[in-house]
Formats: sequence, structure tokens, C-alpha cells
Amino acid sequence: MEKREVIYRHSGTVRITHWINVLVLLVLLMSGMQIFNAHPALYLGAQSNFDAPIFALDAKQDGDTVKGVTTVFGHSFDTDGVFGAATDLAGNVDERGFPWSVTLPGHRDLSMGRRWHFFFAWLFLFNGLAYLLWSLGSGHLRRDLAPSGKELSHIGASIIEHAQLKFAKGEEAKRYNVLQKLSYLIVAFILLPLMLLTGLAMSPGMDAAFPLLLDVLGGRQSARTIHFITASGIVIFVAVHVFMVLVSGVWNNLRSMITGRYAIEPAEEKR
Amino acid sequence: MSGEREMHRRGFLTRGLAAASTALLAGCDELSDPPWVKRVLDSAEELTRVSQRALLSPTALAREYTEADLSPAFKANGSTDPGDPAYKAHAANGFADWKLGIRGLVEQPLELSLAELRAMPSRTQITRHDCVEGWSCIGKWKGVPLSALLDRVKLKPDARYIVFYCADNLFETGKEKDKYYESIGLVDAYHPQTILAYEMNDQTLPIANGAPLRLRVERQLGYKMAKYVMRIEAVDHIVGIRGGRGGFWEDLGYEWYAGI
Repeated sequence: MEKREVIYRHSGTVRITHWINVLVLLVLLMSGMQIFNAHPALYLGAQSNFDAPIFALDAKQDGDTVKGVTTVFGHSFDTDGVFGAATDLAGNVDERGFPWSVTLPGHRDLSMGRRWHFFFAWLFLFNGLAYLLWSLGSGHLRRDLAPSGKELSHIGASIIEHAQLKFAKGEEAKRYNVLQKLSYLIVAFILLPLMLLTGLAMSPGMDAAFPLLLDVLGGRQSARTIHFITASGIVIFVAVHVFMVLVSGVWNNLRSMITGRYAIEPAEEKR
Repeated sequence: MSGEREMHRRGFLTRGLAAASTALLAGCDELSDPPWVKRVLDSAEELTRVSQRALLSPTALAREYTEADLSPAFKANGSTDPGDPAYKAHAANGFADWKLGIRGLVEQPLELSLAELRAMPSRTQITRHDCVEGWSCIGKWKGVPLSALLDRVKLKPDARYIVFYCADNLFETGKEKDKYYESIGLVDAYHPQTILAYEMNDQTLPIANGAPLRLRVERQLGYKMAKYVMRIEAVDHIVGIRGGRGGFWEDLGYEWYAGI
């Protein structure tokens, strides 16, 4: 049987940009929900069709009280206590989209939410650019992230293995598997850049400088909606990512993203 | 016995977790309080302004839309009916005796009636109004280009900002210093789409939308576009004016440069 081996898995650039991104995305998400709460409804096109948002977190009058209601494409769901209306720390009913517990600041303050959001948006840009340029220049993209044709053709088997929570060992565990490669590529090269583009498309200044933003994204309100959906996609990615980290050896994974060192379990003998 | 202890421990854990999360979340609130946090976060505004100014040519136009794109109901936000007695008197009489004053760092201070403003060359534009809250409406505006007014009064060389003093007092405090005001720099003041609108959607500007005169600054957010403009002043700095940040919402913490 082979011996347990410790390899150098993540370069310094990957580790630093990863943890900066964790902090930056957390602040952007929480301050983003604060900003969303100023008008908790989404639309398609250039402008807001106030009578028919495609998505809304409302507080609706229900007898003597208000109830939190989430509306998606005209279908309403009772989300009282979470979305639309929830109880604040003092025990009062608080009418707002996302509850105080997940926004930054916790209390309603659009101007502070915007300050947090735009400051961290700049950090996000610098951190993201550093990562993307380094990935292209160092060969990280080609070497570690681009899946081979062979890997892509075995994607079905990889999905089944993941669903059974079976993880690679030995030589195979030294590289990202095909699902990891694809999800990291989608997040780093599609979802995160799309957050930036849709964010800029909401800026009247940037729209005047680059009107193409509006044409590509389908108008300012569509851009705002895509910004929201993409952020939701990133939240889902993070949930799955953290779950995978937990079930595939949490200490080994965490250590590799802190010190770079990653232990490879020996492959089982072929029978 | 062990069952009870288990219960006890669980209660302790739950309470502990609840207390810890409350402390953490309350921390999120307090995180925004120290002045140095605000100062650090504020530095991004300057970076945003300088970057947008670098990317945005002074004459680049905001997108103009067609009649077909007009919003069925243009949302009126903030003040919609100023309670100021002098304003109410002017409104009751159709602003017939009302005059716009232009003064400050100008060679020839000027007072213009609505009729005189309407007689000047005008610009009509269908543009998208983006509120800081997140919504957008499309409206058609007709008004006097601010540049034409500034050319008439002739700015002195040290004039750097144009300040707009308004009739509305959002919180109805009754105090002059709490009334709405706004300011823009000369780049925006001379931008071709920066107009003082007296018509919206081919009608006399309604009171809810800022009658008799509202500012349009199409490359910035809605709160820059002061409604109920009563007088205009050219100044060399905004620091000494009211809260010192250049506008009603700015004094309450919003950015002076509202390009995003």
C-alpha cells in the first residue's frame, strides 16, 4: 500500500485571494440585502412596473397585524417572520424585505449599506483582478482549472460519485475533479464578473459611459434582477462548497487553504 | 437525572448560542458606528467619483428613450406637496408672480419669471430616473438648459459649484435650514442634459414632481435632481453650507457624487 503523502495544494495567491473574497463577499451580501430592502421588489426591462414586480418581499395588512409575504411571478407565499416582515430585537414587527439579522447595518440604513457595499465592491474588484490576472499568467487556469476532454466525458460518473459522497484518493486526489473545476470556473469567470457588470449597469454614470451595458443586460431593472439572481447563485455555491469541505475532510481542506498543505490518502489497492 | 442534566445542558447551549448570535449581530450594527469606520468607507466615494469622471466624457449623454417607453405613472418620491406658506401662495396662483433667483459668484445676478424661463431656448429629453432606493421610471422633460442660464449670469472664475435651494422641507420642521437643497459641480452644470424642467410628459410640471421647476442631472441618482427649486447660487465651496456635505440627503449620509 502507498504511504499517506502531504502535497502543496494551494499557492499563496489562491489562499490570500480566497480568504479576502470570503470577507468581501460576506460584506457585499449583507450590505446588498440592506440596499435591496430600500425597495424590495425586482422588475424586468429598463424601468419598474410597480404593479407587477416579478419578485417582491412585502408586508401585507392582515387584520390588525401585518404579515410577511413573498411574491414570485404573481404567486404569493406566506414568509412571515423571515421575509417581508419579521420581529426585531425589541420584539416589534419590522416591515422589511430581509430581516435585520442578515443585513449590514442591522437597522434600516440605506446610506450606510451603500457605503459598506461600494467600499467592499472596490476591494472585490482589486482582489478579483489580482486572482484572474495571476490565474492567466501563472498557468493556474490552464493547469488546475481547465477540464480535459476526457474529464468532461466522464462527468456522469463524477456526479454519481459526488452524490454518494465518495471522494478521490491517491493520485486522483492531487487535482481538482471535473465538477470542482467546472464550478470554480463558473464562479470565478462567470458569476463573480457578472456581479460586477450588473452592479455597474445600475449606475447612471456608467450607463452613460457604456450604454452597451444596458443593451447586453436588458435594461437597468433587468440588470438589478440579474444582480440579485447571480448573488443567490453564489450563495447556493457557497452552501454546497462549505458542505463539500465539511464532508470531504474538514481539517485537511481548511489546512490546505491556510498553509497550502494537503494530505493525500493512499488509493485503495485495485482488486 | 442524566436526562435532566442533558436538558439543562441543551437549554444552556441554546441560550448561549442565542446570546452569542445576538452579540455578533448587534456587533454588526455597532460596526458602522465609529467615525473612523465611516471615514475609511467614505474613501471609496472619492475613488468612485474620480474613476467615473475618468471613464465618462463630460459630454457623454445618458440614454434617451422614446415615447413608447414612458412610465404609465412616474413615481413622485420624497416631498410631494410642500407645506411652506410662501410656496403654497405661489402654487395657488399658478406661480404667476414667482421668480427664480440666480446669484452668488456671478457677474450679473438675475431674477426670471416662469414665463421668461419658458421663452428661453429649451431642451426636451426622455430619460430614465434612477432612485437611490433601486427603482427606475422613464419620463419626458422639457426645460431650460442650466448652461444657458449660467451663460446669461456669467460665472465668476472662482465659482466651482452650483447650489439649488428648494421650497420643500421633507420632515416639515418649519425651519429654513432643514429645507431641501442640492449642489452639483461645473461638469454636470454645463452638461447638455442638465436642465431646469418646467414640463413633464408634455404637461406643466405637477406639484408632486417639483413644480414650478425641477433640476434634471441625468447621469446621477434621483436625489440630486432637486424639486421645487427656488433659487440658484454659484459658490466656490460647499463646506460652509448647512450640513456641509452639499445636499439634503448628503447631510444625512448619502454620497455627494451619486453616479452609482
